[in-house]
Amino acid sequence: MINLKADVAVIGGGPAGLAAAISARKNGAKNVIILDRNSWLGGILSQCIHDGFGVEETGKSMTGTEYREMYITEAKKHNISFMKETMVLHINKNRELIAINKKGLHKINAKSIVLAMGCREKTRWNVMIPGDRPSGIFTAGVAQAFINLYNIMVGKNIVILGSGDVGLIMARRLKFEGANVQGVVEILPYASGLPRNVVQCLDDYDIPLFLNHTVTYIKGKERLESVKISQVDEKMNVIPGTEKEIKCDTLLLSLGLIPENELSKEVGIEIDILTGGPIVNQFFETSVPGIFACGNCLQVYDTVDNLTIGAKNAGKHAAKNTIYKQNKISNVYAGKGIRYVIPQRITKPGRVFFSLRVEKPQEASMMRVNADSEEIFKKKLLWVNPANMVEFSFDVSSDIVNSGKKLEITLDD
Amino acid sequence: MIRNIHRQMKNFRIAIIGGGVIGSAIAWELSKYKLDVVVFEKGSDVASETSKANSGVVHSGINSPPSSLKARFCVEGNKMLQPLADRLGFPLKWVGKYVIAKNEDEIQELLKLKQVGIENQVPNLEIQDGKEVNKKESNLLCHQALWVPTAGITLPYKFTIALAENAVANNVTFLLETEVVDINCKDKFFIETNKGNFQSELLINAAGLNCRKIVSMLEKPDFNIYPCRGEYLVLDKSYSNLINSMIYPVPPKKLGVLGVHITPTIEGNILLGPSAEFIDNPDDKITTIEMMRNLISEAKEIIPSIPEKAIIAAYSGIRCKLASPDEGGGADYRIEESKQTPGLINLLGIESPGLTGAPAIAKEIVKMISKNIELKPKDNHKTIKFMKKRFSEMNSKEQSELIKKDERWGRIVCRCEHITEAEIIKALSNPLGARTLSSVKFRARAGMGRCQGGFCTQHIIRIMEDYFGIHIEDIKLKSSESNLFMGRTREVSDDKP
Repeated sequence: MINLKADVAVIGGGPAGLAAAISARKNGAKNVIILDRNSWLGGILSQCIHDGFGVEETGKSMTGTEYREMYITEAKKHNISFMKETMVLHINKNRELIAINKKGLHKINAKSIVLAMGCREKTRWNVMIPGDRPSGIFTAGVAQAFINLYNIMVGKNIVILGSGDVGLIMARRLKFEGANVQGVVEILPYASGLPRNVVQCLDDYDIPLFLNHTVTYIKGKERLESVKISQVDEKMNVIPGTEKEIKCDTLLLSLGLIPENELSKEVGIEIDILTGGPIVNQFFETSVPGIFACGNCLQVYDTVDNLTIGAKNAGKHAAKNTIYKQNKISNVYAGKGIRYVIPQRITKPGRVFFSLRVEKPQEASMMRVNADSEEIFKKKLLWVNPANMVEFSFDVSSDIVNSGKKLEITLDD
Repeated sequence: MIRNIHRQMKNFRIAIIGGGVIGSAIAWELSKYKLDVVVFEKGSDVASETSKANSGVVHSGINSPPSSLKARFCVEGNKMLQPLADRLGFPLKWVGKYVIAKNEDEIQELLKLKQVGIENQVPNLEIQDGKEVNKKESNLLCHQALWVPTAGITLPYKFTIALAENAVANNVTFLLETEVVDINCKDKFFIETNKGNFQSELLINAAGLNCRKIVSMLEKPDFNIYPCRGEYLVLDKSYSNLINSMIYPVPPKKLGVLGVHITPTIEGNILLGPSAEFIDNPDDKITTIEMMRNLISEAKEIIPSIPEKAIIAAYSGIRCKLASPDEGGGADYRIEESKQTPGLINLLGIESPGLTGAPAIAKEIVKMISKNIELKPKDNHKTIKFMKKRFSEMNSKEQSELIKKDERWGRIVCRCEHITEAEIIKALSNPLGARTLSSVKFRARAGMGRCQGGFCTQHIIRIMEDYFGIHIEDIKLKSSESNLFMGRTREVSDDKP
């Protein structure tokens, strides 16, 4: 066992891990180490060769790989240590990590840990699509890796299920490579991805979007031969008689992302069933003191710009290594019209930055925050959409925290 | 008729059709003797049909009618499995099983099962009341239960692979992707396959669902096969603590099946299933939304807390039945030498508990063969060296030592199941020459976790490309036409992300 020490150990070298590590260094942590499973840094950005990254942050639209380089360059400047092809197998409450790479097993004693493991894609079985089990079924991100990292073509005649951002981007990407993209099938009455991606990836290339439709059957004994799609009603039940069979050799699935929290669960960190990520306070600290969470393992972000803002905060607080846990906690709840909210806990009075997603697209409506039953904040939102995160901040008084009032965020109809 | 009989036709003393658990067990048993044995398997690997897609249960013998072949081989096989597992290195765990009576009426059924078990000499059967059961299995709804301690679990594909690979190590020839298309018999068997022609003195028909097809190449079959599909759902490992033992309902009174049960697996997943549905086409290994829903609701009748979002995969396997649903679906095995075609040994209708019975059935076949052929034991019969544990199951000292020896042990390829590059390479170098992505999956377990290959496939296929020196288009998922990719997007690849 090789023993190491770190002020801050960051698990995952994607955009969140890089941003958190840099921020930790800038905020006084001397010895910051990033552990990543891949042989490269930047995580999923490495396969994102499309642009649109960094617009809000830098005013310039970059590709994922350019955005990644910006952060890697800065991380190197700050003498952050990298351990690549290294997988963290276990962590414990004393902030010890057991990691493995080709040199052997490592035990790392860290003053703080930042969780930045990212997320994984939902598979066909998460939505229970019946039928055969042929080759030719890929999650959109895996297909993106094959094409963009390895120049491997996944198929020629494509149907995409799910209008998440990766699915939309891949529709265009496959079209560029000469594939016949027959359409994107979405069970909801609206696209799940960002509106700009619907325009730039589908509309601009005449790729149809079948809203209120889903794939109900997969056919093909060896390679995929066809899929059946059906229309659904407002309760997402299949409408009998609407079934159509589409011949195709490839089905891409863009069904949403699941935060990766196997390590978090093992160490006993409380998980929010709404986000699938750790419950954190306003300092991104999880329910286990000294362990912080950021990036897509905390919540699935809409843009990398928003993700790195959060990750930098997590890194900053991890560097300070202050234990914020107090007996006084104000819990934050997602009420009517709100899918989830972060942070889920407020442990210290002061200005708190919130991010949330709404349940469904809505025209101008009022968002309200109640402490117990008293309204303490409201904001008019012009147009909301589950694809775009909503961010806001307000001062939380010491009275609210000290008396453990329950904060509930709601959206008017 | 046999075409193209050329001089290069290969001769074997014994030919086995089918590389399922039965064919592989017979091959292993025959590998102990000085014989030339060949196995024809039409799939790209052994255990590519029913032998991989079942519950993986080692049955005790309480479900088979006394004095049936099913009961005999089940009870004998059950006793043979532990020494065999120790010798060949497939996993086996005696978790025991509860048959649950949900109400007063079902208690009678438990007593009947117990009686059958006693007649079949199944030891230590015990009726327990619900409270006692709940001490060990707190999540069950249970009135009373029959406790069957001699029931266990294995990984059916690992079991079959171990039998086949050890047979190969002892010079049995396994021919994968080799389908028998016609057979003629004139003193000897002339066997035509898609990979050439062969001759043998004896022919063993262990073709499973295709056993009738094989018989009809030689004679008019006096039986029918009724394929009966069983679907399963696989639950995420994080719910493994829901149960400790296998949980069965009392068997439904029709179809000759055991009902939807909840089965722990060696790897910590839980299986729900199987359903039972008679179908026309024995290749129709599909899953259906109706059965998926059914499996969940039936399992919830026993364990209400089963979480639906815990499902990580679904599959189906087809039972090979000799009795139609109208006849009740239950019929005994037929293991016999054909009267019309001497030298043809048929294994017909080997459904559950065929996995458990396989080692005993194989012994029986050897006995039958010894009447025709003099069997001389080999002096140098051996077994392949195997790892007792996967890397992820080792302690840190063992892990460190392996990495020191070969750094590929330090590279985790499958992150969900913590499978290393060294284990992938080991799977790729299997003695059977199986080289599909599935053959890696069933040997090394990479891709069987909760992301279902999302992260590791890209690494495994690149290891495969490198190891076999093959083109990307030639990498298959599971069978010869199941190519995973359609070439490269451009000729030169820059592989460094």
